[in-house]
Amino acid sequence: MDTTVTTGADEPVWGGGNRPLNASYGKLMMWFFIVSDALTFSGFLSAYGFSRFKFIETWPIADEVFTHVPFFHGNYPMYYVAFMTFVLIMSSVTMVLAVDAGHRMMKNKVILYMFLTIIGGAIFVGSQAWEWATFIRGDYGAVETNGGRILQFVNAETGERAALADFVEVMPGDRIRHESEKGVWFSSESALPTYTVNEVAEGLRANPNILIRTEQIDETGEKTLLSRPETLERIKDAKYVVEGANLVRNEYGSRLFADFFFFITGFHGFHVFSGVVINVIIFFNVILGTYERRGHYEMVEKVGLYWHFVDLVWVFVFTFFYLV
Amino acid sequence: MAHEHKLEIFRGLVKFRSNTSKIWGVLIFLTLVTAVEVALGITKPAILTGNYLLGMKLLNWIFIILTLVKAYYIAWDFMHLRDEKSALQRAIVWTPIFLVAYLIFILLFEADYIYNVFKDGFVKWDF
Repeated sequence: MDTTVTTGADEPVWGGGNRPLNASYGKLMMWFFIVSDALTFSGFLSAYGFSRFKFIETWPIADEVFTHVPFFHGNYPMYYVAFMTFVLIMSSVTMVLAVDAGHRMMKNKVILYMFLTIIGGAIFVGSQAWEWATFIRGDYGAVETNGGRILQFVNAETGERAALADFVEVMPGDRIRHESEKGVWFSSESALPTYTVNEVAEGLRANPNILIRTEQIDETGEKTLLSRPETLERIKDAKYVVEGANLVRNEYGSRLFADFFFFITGFHGFHVFSGVVINVIIFFNVILGTYERRGHYEMVEKVGLYWHFVDLVWVFVFTFFYLV
Repeated sequence: MAHEHKLEIFRGLVKFRSNTSKIWGVLIFLTLVTAVEVALGITKPAILTGNYLLGMKLLNWIFIILTLVKAYYIAWDFMHLRDEKSALQRAIVWTPIFLVAYLIFILLFEADYIYNVFKDGFVKWDF
């Protein structure tokens, strides 16, 4: 029974100075912070679950959104995120090894493992930045209807997604983006999409092999494909051309999907970034011999707790954003 | 301060010689679990996506359970919870589990209700 320890016979109960949990003040405070931060992330992920259950039949399918790997063309769902997960777990491992070396007062090993941890964290943050850039740029393009639904396009012959550029009829008389320096100084508009709704609609009529794919998920777990007559009818509702993603609309489907993606992975990425900064500070402290003089490397252990927590959160984000 | 490490995992099934080798062992296990998750996520076997348990696909149950398994080993072996007093372990683990379970319960039920309102209500949302 090591649960109840406060009333050990050899310890003065009321005199102060006893440590019922056998952990130092700093470590306990780090655990307090981690538990409260875990609740924050749980709030975000539960809110994501709320919105997803609310729009369960139209939610985007993650496999079809995150399909890119840097330097490779083609459709590789999940591989890159799996790589990112592995990098983060690996940097967690080097962090434990640093803590372990710290317990044994091996300064040079701590330096090496802290360095590797920082590199792993940097690779992860870089990968996340790349994911964001790819997500924001988008790849196929879509149109949005009056009711705010996203319509995507599929090539009926191959069954593959069709990019807008593959079938639009480019027409003369393009509208130019209105900028504040070219007119009234206080009025401007955001960037115009590459094509107009009219160009997309004309292209759709001219190409009989292009079909519309709606957001609706059918019983087999696939998005619903409209027939050719339905396609020609549906395109009449189109209002905007959507390319890539921003906080207002995105070409992948539900608006909340992109909002939660930016918010949750952004908040996690911010944690990784601050973790790397703290690791760098501690790294230099180790090099300067601060903990050697102090007689113990507990600071490395406390920073390690934070770093593992970041890894722990990612495991959940990975599951709920990319897998489920 | 947790200078002695408990070196056995899987309830004593595997016992490592040193803390370092335990860390590598746990890494191999976590990598394996992640690989299984990604493989299932890409292949999506029909037997797992077609069958439901408590309103959720079997595949999603597997993902969530494997995630909790990974979380356990990260917390227990990387964050050294295995070496802490059980009072500290319980304070850290059960507080969030209780609050999060409650939060998930109310939010998902409410969301399902709203889904039904959207679906069965006499308002057209897709126009």
